[in-house]
Formats: sequence, structure tokens, C-alpha cells
Amino acid sequence: MQGGHMSHAESVFMHPVVLLISQRLTIGMLLLFAVSILIFVGTEMLPGDVAQAILGQAATPQAVANLRLEMGLNEPALSRYLSWLWGILHGDLGTSLTTQKDIATAISGRLYNTLFLAFWAAIIAVPLAIGLGLIAVRYCDRWPDKLISGVTLATISLPEFVIGYILTYLLTVKLQLFSPVSLMFDGMSLAQKLNTIALPVMVLVMVVLAHMMRMTRAAILNVMESAYIETAVLKGMSPLAVITKHAVPNAIAPVVNVVMLNLAYLVVGVVVVEVVFVYPGMGQYLVDHVSKRDVPVVQACGLVFAAVYIGVNIIADVISILANPKLRHPK
Amino acid sequence: MLDQTTTPVLSVKNLKIQATSYPPGEKPKDITIVEDVSFTVQRGKVLGLIGESGAGKSTIGLTSMAFGRGGVRITGGEILVNGRDILKDSQSQLRSLRGQDVTYVSQSAAASFNPSKRLMDQVIEATLRHGILSKNEAKTRAIELFRKLGLPSPETIGDRYPHQVSGGQLQRVMTAMALCPKPSLVVFDEPTTALDVTTQIDVLKAIKEAIRETGVAALYITHDLAVVAQVSDDIMVLRHGKMVEYGATSQIITAPAQAYTQDLVNIRSELHSEKQENGTPILKIENVTARYKSVPINVLKDISVTLEAGHTLAVVGESGSGKSTLARAITGLLPPIAGQISFNDQPLPPAMQDRSKDELRDLQMIFQMADVAMNPRQTVGQIIGRPLTFYFGLRGSARKARIRELLDQIEMGRGFEDRYPAELSGGQKQRVCIARALAAKPKLIICDEVTSALDPLVADGILRLLLDLQAQENVAYLFITHDLATVRAIADKIAVMHKGKIVRYGPKSQVLTPPFDDYTDLLLSSVPEMRLGWLEEVIANAKMQAAGN
Repeated sequence: MQGGHMSHAESVFMHPVVLLISQRLTIGMLLLFAVSILIFVGTEMLPGDVAQAILGQAATPQAVANLRLEMGLNEPALSRYLSWLWGILHGDLGTSLTTQKDIATAISGRLYNTLFLAFWAAIIAVPLAIGLGLIAVRYCDRWPDKLISGVTLATISLPEFVIGYILTYLLTVKLQLFSPVSLMFDGMSLAQKLNTIALPVMVLVMVVLAHMMRMTRAAILNVMESAYIETAVLKGMSPLAVITKHAVPNAIAPVVNVVMLNLAYLVVGVVVVEVVFVYPGMGQYLVDHVSKRDVPVVQACGLVFAAVYIGVNIIADVISILANPKLRHPK
Repeated sequence: MLDQTTTPVLSVKNLKIQATSYPPGEKPKDITIVEDVSFTVQRGKVLGLIGESGAGKSTIGLTSMAFGRGGVRITGGEILVNGRDILKDSQSQLRSLRGQDVTYVSQSAAASFNPSKRLMDQVIEATLRHGILSKNEAKTRAIELFRKLGLPSPETIGDRYPHQVSGGQLQRVMTAMALCPKPSLVVFDEPTTALDVTTQIDVLKAIKEAIRETGVAALYITHDLAVVAQVSDDIMVLRHGKMVEYGATSQIITAPAQAYTQDLVNIRSELHSEKQENGTPILKIENVTARYKSVPINVLKDISVTLEAGHTLAVVGESGSGKSTLARAITGLLPPIAGQISFNDQPLPPAMQDRSKDELRDLQMIFQMADVAMNPRQTVGQIIGRPLTFYFGLRGSARKARIRELLDQIEMGRGFEDRYPAELSGGQKQRVCIARALAAKPKLIICDEVTSALDPLVADGILRLLLDLQAQENVAYLFITHDLATVRAIADKIAVMHKGKIVRYGPKSQVLTPPFDDYTDLLLSSVPEMRLGWLEEVIANAKMQAAGN
């Protein structure tokens, strides 16, 4: 009886999906820890002295020394790292050197804005890219395929600030549909917010579209070579049904990986777009504080970006694992 | 309205099939794959299409659905399915033909099922697509077919995914998938070729009974005449895309008119009578047990065999019996965890890296897939010359002379030295591999399924060559195969392997003479024989045994 319970518990624990996902989570945590070390060491190695930077060139050596003592800069690096890490584990990202504000509070608003922008860009770009990929496969090597490939390649080849300025010119100067700057403030209705972020969303969609669409196309075309696709064709299935019912379920893993990489980019890589449209997101915040040599803010932003990146990739891994019938339904 | 009783299900007239080939450095050109092939299949009858690879038999089978793989095009003739010329059909008419009037069972069911969909959904897909039955009716029919085809737990097997059932079961599920929409014609494309003999017989049985019970017409494509003789009413023999002979099965088997058909019927008689043991073992395997690191199960269990110089020991068994693992243990790729292997009365170091150059040279190997066992960017001369330089330090004209000698020995002659493997046929590639092994002047060659990927007549030539070379060079063969006909043809001694153990071992005459142990009996009785009524006898015997139990 007891043996039966044991083996049941064991089989639940050993289910390959549970095992693989817990492995991924563990690796993700370790990776984040390693990144925290890298960020800390990296900012330590930045040239110049923070106290000096805050006080300016005219400061007396005594004032600089006092500030260093006050900021704990004379402590050894290891103990500073450990106390930083300890703070992070308790939700305390430290205090900005230049504004003296709590970083966690400042970041949360910025992060919300960035995620808001990324969310709307993703909600348009992902279905659009996959849909276009499917159309490209259906009309492979015919004009719809070539048109889609050409246009998306063109949009990815242009730097995002160029697209940004072209769109601004066309849609705000010529047509006067949107505002050229995307300032966000409290009390805006959703409609107003969406109107505000319309331009950056368009730019981001154009930037991430090609990569996802081409990967969708390639992954599905790869599956289309399989014998079971021939089986489906010989059952008299329509070309679209063959693609959606038989090819797509087997192309999920590679597509999800590229989609997730692009989602990560939408959060982490939007600095340029945020600057172009003066959008109050994480990227702006980071750029501002790098120029002010505000080390705690840079560290915190770096860590948040890394967490997003790792998290999104773990999600991609988990989806890939769940999409594999051999792992989901072991023999 | 055409008379349903006399209109053939399939009628093909003067079929011509072409494809475009793109030879490197030349203009694309049209090549003819099939020419002037005509046949008819009546309701409830089975036509066997037989021929070696490249004969065009699969291509012909797929034309009954107006489907061409790759760039294959039907450029001439007419194909009538139930009296309708399908070459004049629109794409949507073809879609309604495929999966409804004509269905298809492919060689590799494992690759032909979508890995991410449950079996039941795939089995009833065509039936639903063409609106033949409602979903519940289709499921009931599928379960009924599963039961008829002898699948275990027919009620629930449809809930599984393809990777959760065995190859033989998948092949039967695919047959159920083809029969589910009540087609008038099923194309079976080598449905049992990838299976072990003991599994093949179950699938053959299931297919034959299903054809009889449903009254469906069928095209049965295979390269194995003994198999097709069991299931078909008529047989068409094809070679190089042309018809060689077309007639009733009994006529083809008992009175073939064409020389090529006669060769096919008479294949693999005993090529070689066994030699007496001469008492000087070249290879002695004592109590060898081996396992792979990743799996905690012994793949070889207490194996003991000996092989005399210049003799052939055939190791026969089904996939997973451990026969290739035995080869890995002998060559030192997988050092055994217990037991000893001696060569020429000297114990061999278990791991390959500990063996001397002479010990390595004395023991050569030939593999099943000749084309992946050769570097595609080396010429035949370089491939054969490599061991000459490596073991004997031959260079320049001495090396060239020896390469020519070896090419003569494998009966390929001059002019092949500068060719690349891709320019050779399957049989020629295997000959080059034999020459490469021979170049080392070994005392023992391990042949791992060396004829399994070859067409019967080509395989026959390779076996004859191996026997000639054995007579000239006094080299011993350890011949690993799943094919009992091959074993019969060339062995002196036989070891039958099953689940990692040797279940029967001795001189050929003794091993192949009753009384048999259960497994050897099953194995021997499962090999299709080239005569009518063999399958029925086996089925009847199995039923009697079941009744007896």
C-alpha cells in the first residue's frame, strides 16, 4: 500500500515536463544571480568616481571624502555587493544618488509604461507576423510571399529612428493624426493613451515583424517537407487546412522562441524609440541616469531588464516543452 | 451511368511520367520515369506492383491519386478511377478523390502520422473531411477496424499519440486510416518493408483479412515477390519504369515468362554449403555481457560464440535483439562489463583505444548504409587507398597498383578510381566499402546488415562476391542480419539472438533443422515463402494453436 503511494508520488515528481520546467526555473534563477554579479562588477569598473561626479569638479577633497564615507563607497566591493543583493531580495532597489528618491517606486511607473507600450506592440505584431507567415507559406514562392518578404525586410532594414521620423512626418506633420511626442500622464483615458502611443507602437511593430514572420515561414516550410504532410494532402485536405491543422502544431517551438526574443526586445531594446518619441519608459529613465552616473539606478535597470529577458525565455522554453507531445505524453 | 459491376476501379492506359533533373553544370533536362504502363484493377481485386528501387512502382501507385512527389509530372496516358479520367480533374475534384475514393498506406507509418495529433483524430480525418460519416459513426467504424486489424485495446488505442504505439501497430492503424472512409481503392506502398519478419506477418495477415472483409480493391507495392504473392490476385513486374511482365499471381510465381522475373523468383537459393569446423578459432567470445551507459539494462547477456578462420558466423535476430551491440563489443566501441573476447588465441583489449594497429587492422567492418559510410568528397581511389597508406605505408605507384587490384577483386574494373560515391549505384557503393575493408588484409570482417538496403538481385551479387572473396583470402565473416534468407545463403554457423541472449547456436544445418525452440520456430515460420497459400497456412496454424491453447 505504502509502496503504491511512493511510486505514485515518484511518478508525479519524475514526469518529464515537471522535471524539465523545474530545471529551467532553477537555471533561470542561477542565471539571474550571475547577471547580478556581472552588473555589479561592470558598474564598479566604470571610470571615474561617483562622489566626484555628484559634487562636480569644484568640490573640495574633504567634501568628496565625506560623501564617499556617507555613501559607503569605502567599504570593500564584496560587502557592498552583498548588501545590495540583500536589499534586492527584500524588494529594495536602493536610492537614486541624484534625485534621492526610492528607485523601486520610480521604476515601477516607468516599467508600467514600457510594458504598456510593449503589450500593445506585441498584441498587433505577433498575430500579424504569424498570419503573414502563414500566407507566405500558403503562396510559397508566388507573389504574395515575395511581397510580404520584401516589405518586412525593408522595414527591418531601416533603423527604427528613421522609421520613427518618417512616420512622424507622414502622420503628424502631413496628416496631423497623432501627436509627435508620446507624453503620458496620470488621468488619461485608455483611448487617449492609445492615441498617444500609436506612433511608437507602429514603429515597434515594423521592427519586430520581419523576424517573427520569416521564422514562422521557415519553421512551417520545414515541417511541410514531412511525410505526414503528404499524408494530409493525400486525404484531400485543403492547402490551408494542411498548413493550419498539420504543419502549425509542429512548428510551435521554433516560432515561440523567436516571438519571445522579440517580446524581450520590445521591453529591453526600445531605448531608441522611447527617446525619439519622448516616451516616459524604462529606456528613457536608464539613459537619463547613465549620463548622470547614477550607479544604483543603472544597476537596478540592468537587473530588471535581465529579469525580463530571462523570464521571457523561460516562458518560451516552457511553451516549447509543453508543445512537444513526446514530453507531454511519455510512453 | 456506367455499369458499376464491370467498370474497373482503376484503369491505367499508356501511362507516361516525367520529371526534370538538374545535372550540375548542365541545362535542366526532362527524364522519363515511367513509360507505356497499362493495367486494370477490378472491384475487390489486388494488383501487386513489384520491382527494384527506381522501377517507378511508388510513382505509379501515387498516380492513382494524380499525385506526383517532388517535380514528378504525368505527361501522357489516361487514368480512370471508377470510369472517370482523373487527369482532367480540377484541383478541388482531386481533393474530393483523395482520401475518399482512393486512400494511401505508406512504408513508414511512423513518419506518416502527425506526431502532435492523437491517432483517432488522424484516422477519422478524411472520413469527416469528405462528409462520409458523422463524427460518432466514424469513431465507431475506426474502433471496429482497429478490432478487425487485431490491434490491442481497440476502444482506447485511438487516444494515444503516434510515439506511444509500436511500429507494427502504427502500420495497422494506418491501414485502418485508409479503410475508414470506405474507399474503392487502397494503395499500399511497401507497408511491411520496415518491419521485422515476426511483425510483418501480423500486419500482412491483418491487411489480407481487411481487404477480404471490406471488398476494397488494392494496389500492393513491394520489392519482395514472396510477400506480394501472398496478397495479390495479379502481379505486374516493373523495371526501369517499364512493364516486364503482367499476369495472374500463380502464373508469375510458377511459370514466369521473362528472364528478369525468373531471376526474381529464383533468388537466394543456397549459395554455399557449410564448411566443417577446422578447430582453429579466429574469434572467441566468452560470456560477454555489455550495456550502454544511459540504460541500466544489459543489452548483451552472457554471449559465447566462436568463429573459425575463413568461416562465416551469421548472427540473426530482430531489431533490438542486441546483434549490432555485439559488433560494437567486438570492435571495442563498447567495452563489455564482463567476459572476454580473444582474437587468434590472444585476448583482445576491451576498449578500441588500447588495441594495437595490427589488432585494429585484422578486424574490419562493413556497414548497412554504404553511402553514409564513405566521405562524399573523396574519390573511390582515395577511399580504398586510405587504409593502404595507413596500415602498410603504400604510396604512389605501389598504392595505385594495389587499388586497381582491389577494384578488380570487387569486379568493378578500371575507371572507377576517380569517381565520387554519389556517382555510384547502391550495389557499387557497397562493393567499394568491401574493397576498403579488404584493403587492410583483415582476418575477420564484421558485416552489419550489408545487404539489407539493397534490392534482392543486387544483394544476391554482393553475397556471391563476399563468398568468392572468402575463398580467395580466407577471411572470416561475422554476418549480422535480420534476414533468414541471407543467413541460409552464406552461413557456416548461425547464432539466433533474442532480447540480448543467444537462443540457438550451432552449424547451419543443425540450427535450421527441427526440433526448434519457440523463438527460432516463430522466426523461421514468419519468413514469407515464394508460393501461393503460404500466408493462409500460417494463419490456419496460428488459429489451430490458439484453439489448442
